[in-house]
Amino acid sequence: MDVSDETLARAAADGDRQAFAALVGRVYDRVYAYAYRVTGSKADAEDLAQDICAALPVKLKGWRGEARVTTWLYRITVNAARDRFRRQASFARAADGWGDWELARRAEAAETAERVDWLHAAMTALNRDLRETLALVLDGVSHGEAASILGISEGTVSWRISEAKKRLRAIRAAEAEETKA
Amino acid sequence: MSDEFDDLKRAWDDATPAPDPARRAEALALAMKNFDRLQETEETARQTSEAPKTGPFRGVRQMIAQFSTRGILTATTALAAVALVAVLPVLRDTPDAPSNGVLDMFSPGADAPVPSTTTSAPQPQLAPPAESMVKRAPDPVAPAADPAPSAGRAHNAANPPVARPMNRAANTQSGGLMSLSPEGGSPGQLLGLPADTRPLSEATSDRFPEVEANGLKVTVEEPVSTFSIDVDTASWSMLRNYLSNGQLPPDGAVRIEEMVNYFTYDYPAPEGEVPFATSVGVTDTPWREGTQIVHIGLQGALPAERPPMNLVFLIDTSGSMNQPNKLPLLKQSFRLMLGQLTEADSVSIVTYAGSAGRVLDPTPATDRDTILAALDRLEAGGSTAGQAGLQQAYATAQEMSEAGEVSRVILATDGDFNVGISDPDDLEAFIADKREDGTYLSVLGFGRGNLNDAGMQALAQAGNGMAAYIDTLAEAQKVLVDQLTGALVPIADDVKIQVEFNPAAVAEYRLIGYETRALNREDFNNDRVDAGEIGAGHQVTALYEITPVGSDARLTDPLRYSAAAPAGETDELGFLRLRYKAPGEAESRLIETPIAADAEPLAEADFALAIAGFGQILRGSDLIGSWSMGDAIALAQGARGTDPYGYRQEAITLMRLAESLDR
Repeated sequence: MDVSDETLARAAADGDRQAFAALVGRVYDRVYAYAYRVTGSKADAEDLAQDICAALPVKLKGWRGEARVTTWLYRITVNAARDRFRRQASFARAADGWGDWELARRAEAAETAERVDWLHAAMTALNRDLRETLALVLDGVSHGEAASILGISEGTVSWRISEAKKRLRAIRAAEAEETKA
Repeated sequence: MSDEFDDLKRAWDDATPAPDPARRAEALALAMKNFDRLQETEETARQTSEAPKTGPFRGVRQMIAQFSTRGILTATTALAAVALVAVLPVLRDTPDAPSNGVLDMFSPGADAPVPSTTTSAPQPQLAPPAESMVKRAPDPVAPAADPAPSAGRAHNAANPPVARPMNRAANTQSGGLMSLSPEGGSPGQLLGLPADTRPLSEATSDRFPEVEANGLKVTVEEPVSTFSIDVDTASWSMLRNYLSNGQLPPDGAVRIEEMVNYFTYDYPAPEGEVPFATSVGVTDTPWREGTQIVHIGLQGALPAERPPMNLVFLIDTSGSMNQPNKLPLLKQSFRLMLGQLTEADSVSIVTYAGSAGRVLDPTPATDRDTILAALDRLEAGGSTAGQAGLQQAYATAQEMSEAGEVSRVILATDGDFNVGISDPDDLEAFIADKREDGTYLSVLGFGRGNLNDAGMQALAQAGNGMAAYIDTLAEAQKVLVDQLTGALVPIADDVKIQVEFNPAAVAEYRLIGYETRALNREDFNNDRVDAGEIGAGHQVTALYEITPVGSDARLTDPLRYSAAAPAGETDELGFLRLRYKAPGEAESRLIETPIAADAEPLAEADFALAIAGFGQILRGSDLIGSWSMGDAIALAQGARGTDPYGYRQEAITLMRLAESLDR
């Protein structure tokens, strides 16, 4: 049985311990995945997920049910992620994270290697705004929702996505060239 | 979706390594602990009232402030007293509260990482909440601060050991919280639970007012439209900044009236005693067949001699100002401006950061060396003691002010001025109060990152001043040199415009822009309602799009059962009423002008329309049909005129940039 986030959140806000336990598990995985996608660093993603989970009980009190839980959570995550990396002045390091990861990648299974290579190239080609937006949209968030999460207009989301697409296409093209050569 | 997208998604899913189970378990355990802690404490905390919105006991204080009925007052006061009694024992009984839960991860030596958000280990104490009840309690952090409207102070007080820069960040963030609803209030705050649990908010983001574009009004239903004039131009500079950085601006940053008012038009100058001339023109709408534009232009008089000015610069020197486009640009801008001041003018500088201080006593503006030396000494660093700074600035202004002189505080900031008085309403009330005493406030915004555009707007409106956004030295030249007199010498206060449309001639109308300036119909004649001021030489442009009766472009169908529109005189589209107060006067004066249907278009109307169209496209208006950026560019090109300073050419360049970005 799949209980909705909203149901869990409401119950948790009313003090239901079990509901909270279930919710926080989901939250951890989602925050972790999102943060990893934006930063490319496992340690950063874990830190961030922990921060948010630790603060979740208090935050939940502030959730008034007006936004969808996912939207609300994404918003918290996006803000927390920005906050965190701004403070560490490590937006640059976020890109480095993908570099560290590149080393680790070599040990990865050969099967995923090709796609992973592609991912590495793709991620480093995008700046933070685009990565942030892309991470949301690829998670299945609608453009409208992403706009409300990121606090930008829907037009900007669409623009960023098309921009990201454009750059990915360029990478694709470059790759094809290389293969030919 | 395209291949590369699917590829990317798959790659992402594959490449995201599973989180370390141990760390995951640890985080979840921590969350559960916090959850339990909160449940325990909630029981008692809830007795106070609804969860407070921003600070301890705020809810109770608000109740007391809002209810005037004696019974309720007594009841709520009693409730507050009970709450105090109820809460304090809890604090005493759970001395380990802070070392539990959330704080675990923040304590040095713990396995958990040092959190990235505001790091501090505030010790919840008995004192802070009690202090916030007793408003006049001394503040251990900022002994200089005096007890003016303060909601955020309790916050500061609750975090004595906080490192300064952090403290500042915490405050920004709690400012952001208010707008970001999810974090609201929590019972945890009652216990002084660390700010750390709350502030994961968008401290970086520029904040803009959220307003819907003015909709179409049907004349028969609502014949009267009322608004306050607006001479701000911040929106245009902000927009330029966004576009030059390759981004489309967010809707909230696009305020059409400010864009239009950024440019000067060739309006006739006033004659005689009146402070400004009113002209009205009618043109065809470029973006919709069958509708017309009613174009209202005000031209402020330029006094032959500028009265002496007392200027107090309240400069934000907090750490965030330490960027090339902030404090250094500000210094350069002021150098430019000094050249415009004479020996009758005096200047003083108050800074706020760490501790507020007057770095330059009132000095005649011709004493350039002293002033420039003081300017050069300004260094960005430390946190913000905004409230103390604001009060000192106003005190200085009062000290400098002599009869008949214009006093003005000019706040230069990158947005972080709400510290100390964290409740924007309190801050506005404070400024409005000082306005009554004759000291005005203007706001200059610098840089981007945490610019609080909505806040800037609100403060400047409350202070009868303008809000400008300075992103380049060229903009400083425009605002502080070319238009200095206008910016600093008011010629008319509380200027309100009311237009009554004639239902026999106008079927529908729509005010373009001025969303943040709307007034109620009854506010027009109420002299106590504040409105915008016009400075010397200022121009104000307002545009209405109207649909004449019988036009095909009409969007609503006429009512079948309503009384037939009164026939008769239809050579008047409507009637324009304008109220203003001469500076210092309490009673308003009235100017009335009919809007003739056959009025000639005002000079350079096309350029104003091109800019208004540009703004509507940026806002994604659905009332301009298929009119495109290309059309706006063509219209602006044709109406560029002599353009001696190149502002209009710049506009066209920006339109082209926006056109490319929009693709």
